[in-house]
Amino acid sequence: MSAPLSGDLAQIGKSVVIKGELSGSEDLYVDGQVEGSIALKGNGLTIGPNGQVKASVEAKAIIVQGKLEGNVQASDRVELRKSAVVSGDISTARIAIEEGAYLKGKVDIQGRVEKAAGK
Amino acid sequence: MKLFRGSSGPEAALPQVPQKLTRRSSGLGELARLWESETPLCVLDLGSTSAANIRFFTERSHRIYSEDLLVASTEPSLVTKDEDGKVILDSRQFLADNLVYPAAHFDVVLCWNLPDYLDESLVRPVMGRLWSMLKPGGMLLAFFHTKDAGPDSPCFRFHIVGRDTLEMQRIVLKREARRGPTGAVHTAISDGFRLQRVFNNRHIETLFRDFASIKFFLARDNVREVLVVR
Repeated sequence: MSAPLSGDLAQIGKSVVIKGELSGSEDLYVDGQVEGSIALKGNGLTIGPNGQVKASVEAKAIIVQGKLEGNVQASDRVELRKSAVVSGDISTARIAIEEGAYLKGKVDIQGRVEKAAGK
Repeated sequence: MKLFRGSSGPEAALPQVPQKLTRRSSGLGELARLWESETPLCVLDLGSTSAANIRFFTERSHRIYSEDLLVASTEPSLVTKDEDGKVILDSRQFLADNLVYPAAHFDVVLCWNLPDYLDESLVRPVMGRLWSMLKPGGMLLAFFHTKDAGPDSPCFRFHIVGRDTLEMQRIVLKREARRGPTGAVHTAISDGFRLQRVFNNRHIETLFRDFASIKFFLARDNVREVLVVR
């Protein structure tokens, strides 16, 4: 697994269920259930193998190993690991998808769109 | 149409097929001129999620949508019975859960070998939905086995690796994806999806009868490539 973006890392364990809006200024590791929205501008979000997230997600870098249902916006990168199951549109500057990952949705590479628009 | 509804059983020997193959695709070659378009295209890939395909299109500033309909068809809640009591998959429910896009949204749909492996009850409804999702003049690429193919012909995922070149990778299902309907309609076998039928040219023409034009490309590997235009 990639190293977190910074030293601070909050964790949501696999027995935890959260409904509502999650926001913060540190990296977050979700191995439980979250329903609502997650906003971590400038920080990283990792959805662990047991994680089940039903939320719109915004972060600098997003790594998915579990299930994610909702639109994804990453200012830097998105990584879908082989166990990832993602249903939603992804908007990011870079994306990496491991073989075996499942994606149902659109992929929009933001940097390229801006570059193309700026031509 | 040659149907393969029965199962040869888990004990049946599967043909020895390499995990990865490379093949030239005339249909993909025909589409290649579109990829160079300055106008961003809207492309729908109905095969297994492919990083190579996503990279191929996003590098060219096109928008790519990915939706694996074969895996979606293994959803257990789709199993129902028709008026004769025959086990089928609920096409209405399937289309309520999948392929939910505005009309005339896509420039290109990459079907790959979906029609050959999709359950019988879903094939026509899915093709009807794809027609409505394509823009007028939009194109759909599909692959069909020829009559020489057997029921154990392996199902592949397709990665675009060049202008007219595909890498084919044998699909190995995850354990959870195999949970599905019981009986003959179940499309999944122990290590992949099962070929459901072989269409002849007339059946293919009927399947795409609402489209404006159809072009066949015969390949050496018992596959016909079909490019249709709405």
